[in-house]
Amino acid sequence: MTANEVTPTPIAPRSIGTSLLRRDGVEKVTGEATYAVEHPVTGPDGQPPLHAWLVTSTVARGRVVTVDATAALAHPGVVSVIDHTNAPRLADTSDAELAILQDDAIAFRGQIVAVVLAGTSESAREGAALVRVEQEAEPHEAVFDEDSPTYAPEQVNGGSETDTLDGDPDEALARALVTVDATYTTPHEFNSPMEPHAATALWDGERLTLHDSTQGPRPVRGTLGPMLGLAEEQVRVLAPYVGGGFGSKGLPHAPEVAVALAAMTVPGQPVRLAVTRQQMFALTGYRTATRSHVRFGAHPDGRIEALRHDTVSQTSRIKEFAEQAAVPARVMYAAPHRATTHRVAELDVAVPSWMRAPGEMPGMFAHEVAMDELALHTGLDPVELRVRNEPEVDPDTGNPWGNRRLVECLRSGAERFGWAERPTGPRATVDGEWWVGTGVAASTYPMLWMPGNVARVRSLDGGRYGVAIAATDIGTGARTVLTQIAADALACPPDAIDLDMADSDLPFGSVAGGSSGTTSWGTAIVAAAQQFRADHGDHPDPGVETTAASGQYAAMDGHALHSFGAVFCEARVHRYTGEVRVPRLLGVYSVGRVVNPRTARSQLLGGLVMGLSAALFEDGWRDPRTGHTVTQDLATYHVAAHADVKEIDAHWLDDVDELSTPMGSRGIGEIGIVGTAAAVANATYHATGVRVRGLPLTADHFLE
Amino acid sequence: MKELTYHRAEDAASAVALVTGDPDARFLGGGTNLVDHLKLGVTSPTTLVDVSRLPMDEVAELPDGGLRVGANVRNSDLAAHPAVRRGWPVVARALLAGASGQIRNQATTGGNLLQRTRCVYFQDVTTPCNKREPGTGCSAIGGYGRYNAVLGASEACVTTHPSDLAVGLAAVDATVVVLGAGGERRVPMGDFHRLPSDRPEQDTTLAHGELVTAVELPASAVARRSTYRKARDRASYAFALVSVAAGVDLDDDGRVRDVRIAWGGVAHKPWRAAVAEEALRGKFLSEESVREAAEAELAAAVTDEQTAYKVPMVRNLTALTLTSLAEGATR
Ligand SMILES: Cc1cc2nc3c(=O)[nH]c(=O)nc-3n(C[C@H](O)[C@H](O)[C@H](O)COP(=O)(O)OP(=O)(O)OC[C@H]3O[C@@H](n4cnc5c(N)ncnc54)[C@H](O)[C@@H]3O)c2cc1C
Ligand code: SF4
Repeated sequence: MTANEVTPTPIAPRSIGTSLLRRDGVEKVTGEATYAVEHPVTGPDGQPPLHAWLVTSTVARGRVVTVDATAALAHPGVVSVIDHTNAPRLADTSDAELAILQDDAIAFRGQIVAVVLAGTSESAREGAALVRVEQEAEPHEAVFDEDSPTYAPEQVNGGSETDTLDGDPDEALARALVTVDATYTTPHEFNSPMEPHAATALWDGERLTLHDSTQGPRPVRGTLGPMLGLAEEQVRVLAPYVGGGFGSKGLPHAPEVAVALAAMTVPGQPVRLAVTRQQMFALTGYRTATRSHVRFGAHPDGRIEALRHDTVSQTSRIKEFAEQAAVPARVMYAAPHRATTHRVAELDVAVPSWMRAPGEMPGMFAHEVAMDELALHTGLDPVELRVRNEPEVDPDTGNPWGNRRLVECLRSGAERFGWAERPTGPRATVDGEWWVGTGVAASTYPMLWMPGNVARVRSLDGGRYGVAIAATDIGTGARTVLTQIAADALACPPDAIDLDMADSDLPFGSVAGGSSGTTSWGTAIVAAAQQFRADHGDHPDPGVETTAASGQYAAMDGHALHSFGAVFCEARVHRYTGEVRVPRLLGVYSVGRVVNPRTARSQLLGGLVMGLSAALFEDGWRDPRTGHTVTQDLATYHVAAHADVKEIDAHWLDDVDELSTPMGSRGIGEIGIVGTAAAVANATYHATGVRVRGLPLTADHFLE
Repeated sequence: MKELTYHRAEDAASAVALVTGDPDARFLGGGTNLVDHLKLGVTSPTTLVDVSRLPMDEVAELPDGGLRVGANVRNSDLAAHPAVRRGWPVVARALLAGASGQIRNQATTGGNLLQRTRCVYFQDVTTPCNKREPGTGCSAIGGYGRYNAVLGASEACVTTHPSDLAVGLAAVDATVVVLGAGGERRVPMGDFHRLPSDRPEQDTTLAHGELVTAVELPASAVARRSTYRKARDRASYAFALVSVAAGVDLDDDGRVRDVRIAWGGVAHKPWRAAVAEEALRGKFLSEESVREAAEAELAAAVTDEQTAYKVPMVRNLTALTLTSLAEGATR
């Protein structure tokens, strides 16, 4: 069905702007919400689900010589062992991350080489332990460092250009009076959502039904259908509740293919797969390590004349992912001479992917620590330095800004934080056993709108409306804010909206990623609602409906649409042990109109916490000998615990962005993580005088 | 699925008999470590003998002023016990510095001492590890090393003991009471855990089937003026990078009459810093004197790029811990 494309007009906020309670809050806190492996799925004849367990490679590169399933098959409860010799053939194997069990090649450690099916999860697990996989190892390279050979990708994640060049930055750098020239690194980081990846699949001979933990039922269907040789409509993906994703569930990964293939071997019988936390470190994406060489050439008054941001990241030899870490440098500050480049090293390692604010997060760590260094070299206050480099138009495109309010964020944050009382120089404040310092960093995130979204509005009995779109709520509050948007678009109370989502049979919804969900789905809902009113009036008969595709509302072509923010941090560094603690963290953002202050705050705070966590702890340590991430559980891959998060606050400017969406909003899911690690690093410098240019900021850096 | 037999022990003697007679049997305490290992495949016993309900759950004052702590006293109860807090603050603080509230509620005194290393390779059955599978090699050498030992390691194993409690107990010269097939014996804390040598599979000097029934804490002036400090990657719920358990007894002039220093995170066992203790006896405690003493102890340290930080960290933390104790602060 192709729906008419409708471009909506702005709507008047009524429910929008209020803290409507989460629509699914009660189900979640009472345990009623069923997640992907919990769906009480049975086959057409009542068959109980089988359980799948993944068997993975232990060499970084090579091939599978044999998979000996004898012992596994002899184990009570084990039904079958699927490997590359007996797995169903895929119709499309062009995506090497997803084309599992099709040949004997091993491209990284932790790759799926067999799947065990059994009557219980325990017997599947034991069966997996009993599968003997003979592997032939080939030489591999898993180390990412200065010596890694690199290449220039055709484009970087998000479709941005690989390199940009304006003016003559090298010449301008050479004659600049004040310079910063430093290299900043971020480690491999792992999304680690609370709910591990999981799915329940049922193949009935005609259709594959997948209860998945995904950020995008439609994208999963769109990927799996063709791979499995099915029409897209033959795949149904449902994801009513998702326990977080942070990008790792944005694209389908190999486990989804594994469970689909396994289900196709047992028609009529559901198959469940719960990926273990350890397996997630190899199979479900991660943020690649980055190395950014940042150079600023500035006038003594702080104005930047030239900047270069040259970033190197790594990817898996079997699939390119080019983290766009230098992209934010293109929009942040005015500088007539500028260059950004991206290079990528190919290694025999797990496939990196999206993690909350890919590009912006590592790139802005580098960029905003470099700004702190420039502030030091110019003797300017770091807030003032940023204000002086405020560009009048987008330096990248030359387009006018839609709604750039970075300076106000900085000023408002400085005021709330008490920035004025800050001693200028580093190492100025001691409180007992601690050095104390404060730091600031800017943050940014582009307004992203995904084309193709379609929504359906139907009038129901009693003045109610059914609104449908294959969007997902991964814990963000999408279910709640889309209800509010639909209510305002239809001029009815939110309680009159029955929202149907998270099912790929519904009209197309794009991925919950790139902070684009509310923007893109919401625009489509408004379009459909307005068309519905045009078609059926204010008093529609029950049963009438309108389906509309969202035209492009966002004025992206003539304007630079971005969100901005400022993060302020107080850090304490222990004088004896070097341990870093963060008693205060504040973010002030300009994100357009906030649709729901409660859920928005939670997104921004969550972003800040994740940024803090990256600043201080997160470090996926890869063993060069095996390419294996050895810190593969949450006891060794540290994320912030409650005790690490003290006073933390997020504010936003009173904002309406009618250039971006008919709601006046922009996305908010990612900006909270951007710049946060830089603010923390800058605060530790201010506390100690020790400049750390690589994350995480562990105690050993500050030991004396 | 792996079948295993679960026995709820009737009494200590029969528990000992059950496990002694079966190389594939293990005692089960609170299960916070052992059950993880069952899931990970680190250990695959065929029999579990649950000792957690045996009546070894009392904290009793001894006639000589000491304390007898039953092996089943939960970590949180022990940490909160008024007698412990008064007479052995280092023990209470060491406990509170470990794990999380939920885990401490579940974990037992005996199980805590016998918890196994957190070495990432030990916990991953796909990697060689001499401690898990003797003779396969040590993956930590040349691998991930941030938590590795700097004292007393061997070519076979470079890991550290993870328990905070054990470090506190080492500092106060606790005695572990052990019941074996041949009867009861008493093991001084210093002899309880061992260095890896060429037998890293052996964490302690216990024989298979020996049951920890109690831990005895002797009363002393150093124990009364004692504390525990732990440096770690995050503010809670992280194992020690290094830790210091210390107690002092000063004479009227402020000179050290007696001192105890035990370090965590540096060795395969709680490390009693005997050289440093000796160097400090009769001295005034100052940051310099403690640093010097700690450095004397650390002269034997062997470090690499990943563990080099531990030397200054434990030295500094020792200086801070002892000087703050001397100032009367017990934090
Ligand atoms: C995420 C996490 C973080 C943690 N952080 C810390 C930390 O920071 N600091 C710290 O010190 N600890 C920490 N721990 C470990 C925790 O303290 C131990 O798991 C706990 O103390 C073990 O006690 P248990 O009674 O549960 O032992 P169990 O798991 O029941 O047993 C552990 C071992 O002891 C043996 N055993 C049990 N009882 C006896 C007995 N009476 N006699 C002889 N053998 C016995 C068992 O056979 C087994 O081998 C952490 C644990 C987790 C899971
Ligand atoms: S350090 Fe010890 S525990 Fe770790 S891999 Fe080596 S032998 Fe095993």
